[in-house]
This record gives sequence, structure tokens and C-alpha cells, in this order.
Amino acid sequence: MSEADGLIRLRLPIAVTYNWSAGPNATSHLAGLLEGKLIGKRCPSCLSVYFPARNGVCPKCAQILAEDVTVGPKGTITTFCIVNVPFLGQKIKLPYVAAQILLDGADISMQHLIQECEAEDVRIGMRVEPVWKDRSEWGPSMENIEHFRPTGEPDQIMGSESGAS
Amino acid sequence: MGLRDIAIVGTAQRPSEINSTFTSVELLLPIIQEVLTKVGIERQDIGFWCHGSCDYMSGQPFSFVAAVDAIGAWPPIIESHVEADGAFALYEAWVKLQTGEADVALVFSNGKTTSGPINRILNLQTDPYMVAPLWPGFDVLSALQARACLEAGVVTQRQMAEVAWRSQRDGKNNPFTLSGTEMSVDELLSQPLTVDPLRAHDCAIPVDGANAIILAAGDAARRLAKRPAWIRGIDHRIDTQRMGARSMIESSSATIAAQKAGVGKDRIDVAELHAPYTHQELLLRQAMGLSESTHINPSGGALVANPAMAAGLARFAEAAESVFSGSADRVLAHCTSGPLLQQNLVCVMEGE
Repeated sequence: MSEADGLIRLRLPIAVTYNWSAGPNATSHLAGLLEGKLIGKRCPSCLSVYFPARNGVCPKCAQILAEDVTVGPKGTITTFCIVNVPFLGQKIKLPYVAAQILLDGADISMQHLIQECEAEDVRIGMRVEPVWKDRSEWGPSMENIEHFRPTGEPDQIMGSESGAS
Repeated sequence: MGLRDIAIVGTAQRPSEINSTFTSVELLLPIIQEVLTKVGIERQDIGFWCHGSCDYMSGQPFSFVAAVDAIGAWPPIIESHVEADGAFALYEAWVKLQTGEADVALVFSNGKTTSGPINRILNLQTDPYMVAPLWPGFDVLSALQARACLEAGVVTQRQMAEVAWRSQRDGKNNPFTLSGTEMSVDELLSQPLTVDPLRAHDCAIPVDGANAIILAAGDAARRLAKRPAWIRGIDHRIDTQRMGARSMIESSSATIAAQKAGVGKDRIDVAELHAPYTHQELLLRQAMGLSESTHINPSGGALVANPAMAAGLARFAEAAESVFSGSADRVLAHCTSGPLLQQNLVCVMEGE
């Protein structure tokens, strides 16, 4: 409480603590990350493979995703953005590339960082692979992967093979 | 133009749990499949979906969007969400069916009440400037209301214990609730006060739960259920949020909602009242003019299982099931929201 300028001010912070459960489906994804594995889930109805397995259900079919499927570790860039704008708390040197990566065997892409190449060389269809942090730093998190880097393999033409839907 | 005839034709409820390890989506999905199977229709037959839940309970903004995964949104669907109990989603679905834009609607709600301190979370429904920062919580506010009722002679401690005793007895037969104690009224009255003048049995048991209801209009309802629970009146009224500006010993919003819903036009066989505190059930019975011949909360009510944001829709499910089974002809379903019975939604349903 401060009355310096004749006004009474109260600071009344609001906080609530929760016990959050990842649920059985996301748990297999998170437990996989602890062992350096990329585990997605297959829909029993449309057979799409989700990585990560979102809420444990296929949003198209409204079915529980029961079957674990190991995906990646390599993948293909489906789209990307070159970040040139500095912002508060930024940890990565500008410019850098945030890309959507379709891991081999997965049917939805996920976002990650592309490093170890010039931003201007990144392109749709480029093949990439994960660079993991030191195992001592691993947790149940996608942050176990420091970034993705180009593999040097020939580009993959999107839409021709696994469904980039 | 008159109103369309709209009825509840199917319900499904998930058994109550404490500290469920499932996500909200995983809680909902089997219940939605169950109600569709019971009624014998497919997802594609649903013309309107409406969901009731509260982001404050999961601690995630827009967490309700994830729930769309539980109903499947391909091919595209028409859906809506209320940041409230599923009973209010049912009201919206009823309005949607009245417009004639849909004939069949699926209403669902979920609450992981035990994943956070529910008493503290619901506190955030109060006035954010003058009340919420004091962190009274609903138990304390309700204790103040109970004290006012006791001092005015509107209720007695024994009547409150009788409500708890009857709810626990009836809740034991309900697979969706958690069984209560087996104490007599006198034993209940000898229990310690938890929030003076309330004892533990005066306050609802928070649980995790989910439920779903299918509504249908006219011929669709007759086709989908042997004995639909026809909605004859539904009304929602709100008292002021300023608790000091309204009477603590009556519920004028419940009285008006009951009148508008036509409660007093004929005998009510079963009333499922959403009363999270024993004295609130007594207040609601008085406010709605329910007689001794009405069977109150044969399910055990919210006192023995209160999945926040789903407990009101559960009252609709229980009341409708008593019409389906033929054990009742004219029933009442009620949902409250906000502190101290601030909001009241009343619905009268009949079998034919």
C-alpha cells in the first residue's frame, strides 16, 4: 500500500495452482522424449499419424488414438519463416528460421528451429534432422531437440508421398 | 409463430472420479460416443453441438477449443461453447432448435473439478475489485448465507442435515456419484463445523466428470426416443452480482425462473435441484414453491457429486431419465451458477 501521492493503491495478485495431467496419450509422447524417441499416435479410423498426439484423439474422426508409432527422426520442411525482428527474451541470434517440419511417418507437421545453414538457403522440401541436446539436459519436452539441421539429402517434393494434409 | 416441441431423447454420464489422469478431451469422447450409440444416430446426424465448460478450471485459455477434438470437426460442423455449466449450453441448443436451423442437437459438458482448488477458482467469479481480492471462496460466502438463513428462521441445522442424509442415501444407488457416509441425521449433526455454520456434509463433493445430452425437435424426437422428455418451459434469471444488495434468505431469480417455466401449473413428480450446499436446496424448494409430494434429487444431487460446469447438465440428464423410464411424468431440472444462487435456470419436462 502506498499513499505517496494521496492515493491508496493496493496490489492484490491473483494466483491459482493446478495439478495438470497430460493424460495417457500425451504421456507416451512425453515419456518417449525422455528416451530420445519421437512417438506419435495412429488413428484407428483414418490411419493418420499425429505427432505430437495433441489431446490423444483424432480431431477428424473423434477416435481415441491408441497405437504408438515411432516417427522421424528425419523430416521435410513444409513451410518456414525467416525471423528478423528482435523481441524481449529472444535467445537465438537473428536472423533465424522457424519451420514446419513433417517428420518421416507423420501426417501433421510440427514447428521447430532450423540452424547450421544460412537462412536464405532454407527451402520447402529441404530434408532435415534433429540435433539433440546433451542427454543430461533432457526432460519430457520437445526442447530436448536443440534444433534441426539440413541432412544434405535431395529435396522431397511435397504432396507426392506421405500426405502433407 | 408458436414454439417448436423439443425434447431430451438421450443422456450419458461419466462416473465421478477424483484426480482423474485423463485430459478433458479424453473424459468427453467416450461419453459423446455413448450417447450417440444409445440414441442410435451418428455424428453426422447432429445439426448443432453445444459445449459447457470453464477455462479457469483447466488453467488454460481457450482450452474449450480442444474439446472440439472430442466431437470431430470433419466434415465441418456447427458448434458453440458457453463458459458456464452445460445446462446453459442446453438452453442455447434449445434456442437453436427453436430457430428451425437444426432438428437434433448434442449438448455436452465437463469439469475436472479436482485438478485445482475449486473453492479458490470459483472465487474468481466474484466482483474482481471489491470481493475477489479478499479470497472468500464459495464455502465462506455460502456459510454467511447459511448463517443469515438460520438466524431468520428460514432453515434449521436439522433440516440441513436431513438434506445431506437423504442425498447420501440416494446417491449410493447412483453409479455416477461417489458414495457418501452412512451416518444418521443425529450423527451428522454431531460432526465438527468446517466453515461455521456449515459441516462437511453441507458442502458438495467436488469431482471430475463429464456428460452429454441429445435434444431433438418434433418428429425427430418421437423417432429417437420411446418416451422423450418434452421441454414445456425453460427460463433463466439472474440476481445482482452485488451480494450485499440482495436478500440472503430467499432466491428471487429462482422464483421468477420457476414461474416463467410453469413449475406451479401442475404437480412436479421429481425435481433435480443443483444445490451445492444443503441450505441452498431448502432455499430453492421454497423459492420455487415445491410441495412435499415432489421427490427431490433421487440421484443424490450435486451434494454427492459436483463436477463443476457439468453438475447442472447432470440434473437435466437425471430428470430426463426418470421420464424415459416412466417413473415420473412431470419433472423439473435446475442449474445454478455464480455465488449464493446468483443465477438460476429452471426447466420443466413432461412425458407423454
